[in-house]
Amino acid sequence: MDKLQMSQMLRDMLRARAFEEAAAQGYAQGKIAGFLHLYPGEEAVAVGVLHAAEPGDYVVSTYREHVHALVRGVPAPEIMAELHGKKTGISKGMGGSMHLFDASRRFLGGYAIVGETYPIALGAAYAVAYRRLPEAVICFFGDGAVNQGTFHESLNMAALWKLPILFVCENNHYQIGTEIHRHSAITEVYKRACGYGIPAEKVDGMDVLSVHAAARKALERVRSGDGPQFLELETYRYRGHSMADPGSYRPSVELDAYRANDPIAAAIHEAESGYPSPEAIAAAGPDCITLFSAHCCRENHLDETGIARMRQEIQTEIDAAVRFAEASEEPDMETAWSILHANRRYETLMESPE
Amino acid sequence: MSEEIYYWQALNRVMDTEMAADDSIITLGEDVGLYGGTYRVTEGLMAKYGEWRVRDTPISENSFTGLGVGAAMLGLRPVVEIMTINFALFAIDAIINMAAKIPFMSGAQFPMPLTIRMPGGVARQLGAQHSQRLEHTLMNVPGLRMVVPATPQDAYWQLRQAIHSDDPIVFLEHELLYFSKGMVDETAVVPPIHQAMVRRPGRDMTCIAYSRMVLVALEAAEQLATEGIEMTVIDLRSLSPIDWETCVQSVQQTHHCLIVEEDCRFAGAGAELAATLQERCFYFLDRPIQRVAGLDIPTPFNGKLEAASIPRTEDILAAARRLISSAGDQS
Repeated sequence: MDKLQMSQMLRDMLRARAFEEAAAQGYAQGKIAGFLHLYPGEEAVAVGVLHAAEPGDYVVSTYREHVHALVRGVPAPEIMAELHGKKTGISKGMGGSMHLFDASRRFLGGYAIVGETYPIALGAAYAVAYRRLPEAVICFFGDGAVNQGTFHESLNMAALWKLPILFVCENNHYQIGTEIHRHSAITEVYKRACGYGIPAEKVDGMDVLSVHAAARKALERVRSGDGPQFLELETYRYRGHSMADPGSYRPSVELDAYRANDPIAAAIHEAESGYPSPEAIAAAGPDCITLFSAHCCRENHLDETGIARMRQEIQTEIDAAVRFAEASEEPDMETAWSILHANRRYETLMESPE
Repeated sequence: MSEEIYYWQALNRVMDTEMAADDSIITLGEDVGLYGGTYRVTEGLMAKYGEWRVRDTPISENSFTGLGVGAAMLGLRPVVEIMTINFALFAIDAIINMAAKIPFMSGAQFPMPLTIRMPGGVARQLGAQHSQRLEHTLMNVPGLRMVVPATPQDAYWQLRQAIHSDDPIVFLEHELLYFSKGMVDETAVVPPIHQAMVRRPGRDMTCIAYSRMVLVALEAAEQLATEGIEMTVIDLRSLSPIDWETCVQSVQQTHHCLIVEEDCRFAGAGAELAATLQERCFYFLDRPIQRVAGLDIPTPFNGKLEAASIPRTEDILAAARRLISSAGDQS
């Protein structure tokens, strides 16, 4: 992997965390409402997988999808504005945090009903396969989503018709508050794909380079017509399920074990909606992001000054995104109606009588 | 040029001509391919268009309907067949949470040229799980449109229009209509997809019905005419949106309104019609609006009870006579 790609990946990991910090802050200040599901801890998954994707590929995501959209190239201001429910948001204020869509970047949306990403990916991949295009569909879901009926229905059809889908399980071990051993008879998620003859692999989801390498290999197989592939990426979310969830169901010994390797997590107090100060982060030791920073430095791709500059640039970008979101107009009801009826175009639904 | 054909044949003809004209149209569902469709609607299509365009699916309603949603987002025009509306309960998430909401939640970034075909209604002793009507649920979903053709001609017109539409449309057929015959003119001027039609004019009262109940209402109207009661029969043709103007105009002229629906009475299409029409026609009405509807009971298997659980001609006759007579004052 070359220097440029490494530094782009690190930049996206830092952007991801900075974006989510800003979102948490906006939520704490009451500027962002509704459900807000944050991604810190899982950055290596989105960044590793999406940096292995081509611009022509399609991405289907869940309700924890700000970072997927961001890494896919959706501009931070448009995501932030959507979180604020503004007209300038990527979904024009009609979707919100859990429903980011971007047709131009082939981002087929965030879905808030667990288990919906599979059939959407199935349909997109069916269209791609029918048209014989060299594109892949990347389908994200969590460990909690593999017990939904659509998982089995869709894996079966994807394998049956050899559809070009990369299934990506973000296994953070929790379906909201229920730990995987209490929700799944088979806790090694990748093994379930064997039931449908889909090649599957379990990868360390905290190591962005491993994720990237595995995703690239799998996507090559998808594009070469081998049919669907399956990756289970073991990761961990440092925060509760959403901002409404203090995450108190998780044993502190478990949290501490993960925190031992993560400075940011170490500094997070789950019950607080704010994020740690830069000093607290710096004091805490290596995490997946700083590990990767260190790796980049060792390889002489970057140095401390370069990374500090990068952080500075990112902060400027995210601050601007927040300002943009806050200053943007709210949509009016007329806009909502015109969006609802947008696909009617020139259709005549009925005639008014004489 | 018109020709008398079966309802299923009208649908089959549309599928064939539309698929020949546009390779973005695909159809999928249980047994739509090799078998030719449970009600023959997709007969012959697989041989002609191949398995990628006519796809036999596993029994996975939620995911294959969702497949239609995802494919529609990429510009295909899928026609999903759900074998009966009863099985659509498994696909409710794909229909309501996905198809109806994606165009809106995305800020109109995605079209949803998806047609979901399925028969509903009470057939002949299929039991409670195979005799449901679900229009009450589906017409309550913003972002979804629903048509309910009663004749082969409408089946022909409205399926074509549904396939051409970029909105998701539920195309509700009826198990007892597939083998009904009617004239189909492929060259006639096509009325708008959601336009209601006056099937029979009459000065004394307005009967509003849809799907198979239109035929039952027309039988009743014939009988009433011999008694000197002239009943207008309006075929709604669509439940979402509803062509209110046609209904209002007629009720304002006849001052009496009778609604006939096969679906259960409670919280259904008839309730919506009655509520809106009384809002819009209150001062024109000589009597309260009356409803003849399916009983609020799971459909009994027993043939006689089954028949009695949905409106029959005699039920409509009795209601019409009550409505028009002075006894209606006490209702």
